[in-house]
Amino acid sequence: MLLSVENVTKTFGRNKAVDNVSFALEKSAMIGIIGRSGAGKSTFLRMVNRLTDAITGAIKFDGRDILHLKAAEKRAWQSDCAMIFQQFNLVPRMDVVSNVLHGTLNRRSTFATMFNLYPQGDIHRAIDILDRLGIAEQAPKRAEALSGGQQQRVAIARALMQDPKIILADEPIASLDPMNAQVVMQALRRIHEEDGRMVIANLHTLDTARRYCDRVIGMRGGRIVFDGTPDQLTTGVARDIYGADASFSEAATSTSIEALETPAERAVHQAEATV
Amino acid sequence: MAEISAHSGPGTTDIRAHYLELIQRKRLYGGLTLSIFALLMVSGFLLADSRNAGGFWGGILNIFDFPAQVIGEASEKIALMPGHLVTFFPALIETINIAAVSTLVGAMLGTVLSLLSTRGLARYPRMIPLFRRLMDIMRAIPEIVIALVLIFVLGGGPVPAMIAIAFHTAGALGKLFSEVNENASLKPVEGLQSVGATWLQRMWLGVIPQVAPNYLSYGLLRFEINIRASAILGFVGAGGIGYELKNAISWGQGKFDEAAAIFVLLFAAIVVFDQISSHFRNRLTGGKG
Repeated sequence: MLLSVENVTKTFGRNKAVDNVSFALEKSAMIGIIGRSGAGKSTFLRMVNRLTDAITGAIKFDGRDILHLKAAEKRAWQSDCAMIFQQFNLVPRMDVVSNVLHGTLNRRSTFATMFNLYPQGDIHRAIDILDRLGIAEQAPKRAEALSGGQQQRVAIARALMQDPKIILADEPIASLDPMNAQVVMQALRRIHEEDGRMVIANLHTLDTARRYCDRVIGMRGGRIVFDGTPDQLTTGVARDIYGADASFSEAATSTSIEALETPAERAVHQAEATV
Repeated sequence: MAEISAHSGPGTTDIRAHYLELIQRKRLYGGLTLSIFALLMVSGFLLADSRNAGGFWGGILNIFDFPAQVIGEASEKIALMPGHLVTFFPALIETINIAAVSTLVGAMLGTVLSLLSTRGLARYPRMIPLFRRLMDIMRAIPEIVIALVLIFVLGGGPVPAMIAIAFHTAGALGKLFSEVNENASLKPVEGLQSVGATWLQRMWLGVIPQVAPNYLSYGLLRFEINIRASAILGFVGAGGIGYELKNAISWGQGKFDEAAAIFVLLFAAIVVFDQISSHFRNRLTGGKG
């Protein structure tokens, strides 16, 4: 059992953000978590990365419960478990390579990193990773000077620099245009296929989840209401996940370029909706 | 529509009366406050005048005698002025040195204190009130009091002055820095937290790059203030140009030419540093930095 999530619950006041969530993963996969805003997707990922503490339950990775790690052990786990954010969360006034090198902070001494003293090997690796993501020529620029799509790729590079066992992506494409969204999702998929790393991504569009993920988990009101393959994710199921009525149409919110180009497909969806 | 303004029903007469009553009460309170203020001013002045050795009314007419004498004596010996400027220049450098070192030390201490007392960034969130009160105390004690105590303990010289000003600066800048910190974005901090960075790494790499221009701007402003402070501390034996000024300005020694030279030096130094720092602060806050 690689990753097993057992009865994890998180409450904010009286509000149950994540309610008794359980699922297990035998081997590395690319997983998409879908659900409307407030469904508990982000809170769940933040608990896995230990940015937020769970109230009860256990998350076991390779048999070790990571919810109860403290101080240095917790930081070591965070270094094994990279996180990508919707708003990129880079340091805007620092250059791209420095931002990527931040991925190694946990392994280097605090003193050396405070004076920007990274080993040359690490710097070369950072630039290689940027090259792999197609933004090596941006290396010396400040992070704030880059476009959204480029910044998100820098964030992915920082995640790769961590050499993590899991990559968590919290709405990685929610603030990007369709073209950049595709580039970022393809990068994540490639990382999963080429490096065999586990990727768990919160997504807000169904077609992205269908196209890139091996397994889709649907959440509603903090609970898991769907867990299956992308094929099983029919419009009916999607309506359940989002609590939508018959007027719900995937194409209306789709960010994929094809969805805008094929009215025939939209017609099929509408036909499905009326059945 | 004219009806609306002209019309006055039975309801509005009540409101009118009520409102007028309200106004009258407000006027009464206002008048009372004003008379209390006037009373305090007059009684305070009379008390001060009676305690005053020379008497206020006798002294006020002579207020320009002293500056006139200083200027008179200085203009008589105007030829000595360049010589005096050269003589006292090292003392000015000492004063500026005290100000610079204490601003640096105070700013470093203030940075640490400000990070420890900002909500969302603090290492120990429960200790925030403690660090805030600590900064309040540091700000509340005047430099001259700390300097007098330290000069008594350590003996006269620039070191007690430096410690005294740095202590006060840490409290003053810590407060300003922590206000800057509150406006810093927490996103980069969270990004660094997600990779497993320690608190020190998160602050240094995530917060400081965002707030550095504002810190520098406040630091430069404080430097100007500290030049004046370190000049004043010379009066109590901390060395520098203040000590020379105290010696020269004492009545009846015929050294007013030296005093004038020192004033010129101080004035020039403050103007120069004011210009330099406002130039850099404009650049920093103008977003070009």
